[in-house]
Amino acid sequence: MSTVLAVSHLASQRAGRTLFAELTFDLAQGEVLHIEGVNGAGKSTLLRSLVGLVQLQAGHITFFPEQPDLQQNWRAHTLFMGHKAGVKSELTALENVALQAQLCGVDNIDAWQLLETVGLLGLEDLPAGQLSAGQQRRIALTKLWYSNALLWILDEPFTALDTFGIELLQQKFAEHTANGGAIILTSHQQLTWQTERLKRLRIAGGDDAGY
Amino acid sequence: MWRWLHPYAKPEVVYRLLGRWLPWVSIGAAAVLATGLVWGLAFAPADYQQGDSYRIIFVHVPTAMFSMSLYIAMAVAAFVGRVWQLKMADWALAAIAPIGIVFTFISLFTGAVWGKPMWGTWWEWDARLTSQLILFFLYIGVLALYHAFSDNRTGAKAAGILAMVGVINIPIIRYSVDWWNSLHQGATLTVFERPPMANSMLIPLLTCMLGFALLAGALVMQRMRNEILRQELRRPWVKMELQQGEQA
Amino acid sequence: MQATSWQALQAVMRRDLMVVMRRRSDVLNPLLFVLMVVTLFPLAVGPGPDILGRIAAGVIWVAALLSALLGSERLFREDYLDGTLEQLTLQPQPLALLAFGKVAVHWLLSGLPLVILAPLCALLLKLPLEGWSALVATLLVGTPILSAVTAIGAALTVSLGRGGALLSLLLLPLFIPLLIFASGAVEAALVGTEAWPQVLLLAGLSLLTLLLSPFAVAAAIRVSVN
Repeated sequence: MSTVLAVSHLASQRAGRTLFAELTFDLAQGEVLHIEGVNGAGKSTLLRSLVGLVQLQAGHITFFPEQPDLQQNWRAHTLFMGHKAGVKSELTALENVALQAQLCGVDNIDAWQLLETVGLLGLEDLPAGQLSAGQQRRIALTKLWYSNALLWILDEPFTALDTFGIELLQQKFAEHTANGGAIILTSHQQLTWQTERLKRLRIAGGDDAGY
Repeated sequence: MWRWLHPYAKPEVVYRLLGRWLPWVSIGAAAVLATGLVWGLAFAPADYQQGDSYRIIFVHVPTAMFSMSLYIAMAVAAFVGRVWQLKMADWALAAIAPIGIVFTFISLFTGAVWGKPMWGTWWEWDARLTSQLILFFLYIGVLALYHAFSDNRTGAKAAGILAMVGVINIPIIRYSVDWWNSLHQGATLTVFERPPMANSMLIPLLTCMLGFALLAGALVMQRMRNEILRQELRRPWVKMELQQGEQA
Repeated sequence: MQATSWQALQAVMRRDLMVVMRRRSDVLNPLLFVLMVVTLFPLAVGPGPDILGRIAAGVIWVAALLSALLGSERLFREDYLDGTLEQLTLQPQPLALLAFGKVAVHWLLSGLPLVILAPLCALLLKLPLEGWSALVATLLVGTPILSAVTAIGAALTVSLGRGGALLSLLLLPLFIPLLIFASGAVEAALVGTEAWPQVLLLAGLSLLTLLLSPFAVAAAIRVSVN
């Protein structure tokens, strides 16, 4: 199994305070990296700096170091989901799913099937703005079912989901890693899903964090 | 993909370098500016048409000239900051903008004062004055945007993008205002279109220009030092620097 | 698999069109604003055709500038709040291209209707007939500049949450050449000289703006989602 992400000597600051420094880790196919830390420790900043949303102070990030063809176009093989769902409140669940897929370059999705999978059948033609936060999140999460990305970077994916949703998501995670995918996620709750290939990384806001 | 970020210039190095140059530039500015102004205001001959009122050019022309140069410098700094990811260049924008807007204001003010004896009115929609007014507005935009962000770094980047857009626009604005002015047959100051100025006026004017350039340089350097200190407040080297300063 | 740039552009444009179709007032309100501003002038300076006709083009263009500022929020604000903007910056396709798509939709729903509304405004302001074609022509080639430059300002201020007055400070000075050449063209038509040099000049500026502004918009978006 090849490496999907190699990170070395990463450092970031926010408002003059060092969030993390000299952060070095790597992640191989089939592995899950669970980033832990208290509120404000810099978990989101770390994830956002991995994909280039936040400027780094120092360090190297290499996606897919052993697969030059993927490395060239790493954005297409990396899926990032932040706090915000990216769901248009004026559009219906069905339209949201279809447009999302089109943006990812997937035409042959069965939007109805996807909505059924995430438990939104019957709500498909309501404007997403009228759905609850958890339901909107489910719309966004449908992406995981058709995405071809090798590496998933998920910031608090369980937020606003009920136990059924959390269970569903963890099943999807298991499937993804079994197929050779890798996941980086932050979460305040422990995963109920047990995998031997779980790595933990604790960010302690300012201290040199390692694992 | 391989992304990297290299601290090209260390803030403490730049801070000390500026600190070493600053006294010389400041002294130079004071000396040259005093010479130029006294020469221009007291000793240069009066103009045969405008009498003594022309003497305002010794302030008006240099400030007008450098108000534009400072805007361009700001945009260049922003460009460097963007392309080479140099945070120091971003900070330079914050150091330059207030100096630029003050220079622009002085040139506008002196222009208006000059307009009174020339045209009998404080404000005339002359092409140069109008362009200068628009430049003033461009500066206001950059400064307003910079101060709108609570995070100075984001503010500097955003203001930098605006400054770059502005600098591309400046020639278009100049051209459009000239065209508009010719269309409406406004009054124009023709000091520079006349046969070359006598050396007895030109030399003090050039001296004033050099003086104002040095003044702008000294002010920008001092502001840049302040900006570095403010941005690096929590770094150990600042603490050391300040302690040394107290001992000295 | 990855969407081609063309597919992604289409998806972005379709999404924006669909969203606006659900919120038609966003399109309508800036147009009504222009209409009302135009109505204010005869009331303020008197309905005589000599004065109204002279200022008509200027008034319509100033109203257009202000309405562009009013309608600028919907360009990126919602996208920023719901996370769409973040997702767009992470697309493998160039962000400038996607930004261009958004600007194009914005023009389609704010600039183009203004062109269609122009004859009505010209009528209300008693613009002599010789000036009509020049007015419509300048609006047609000038409003893309309006949309493109507004997009830069909107992207720069999107994270601030209080665009309004700040945005007008940033943008109005940049619109000055547009205003000068557009009203100059109409004036030229009114006095019986050729208006097309100014219209061509505006078209050139428009092309240049459309070519360069997407990069500025993309850079601004990246700063804003930081």
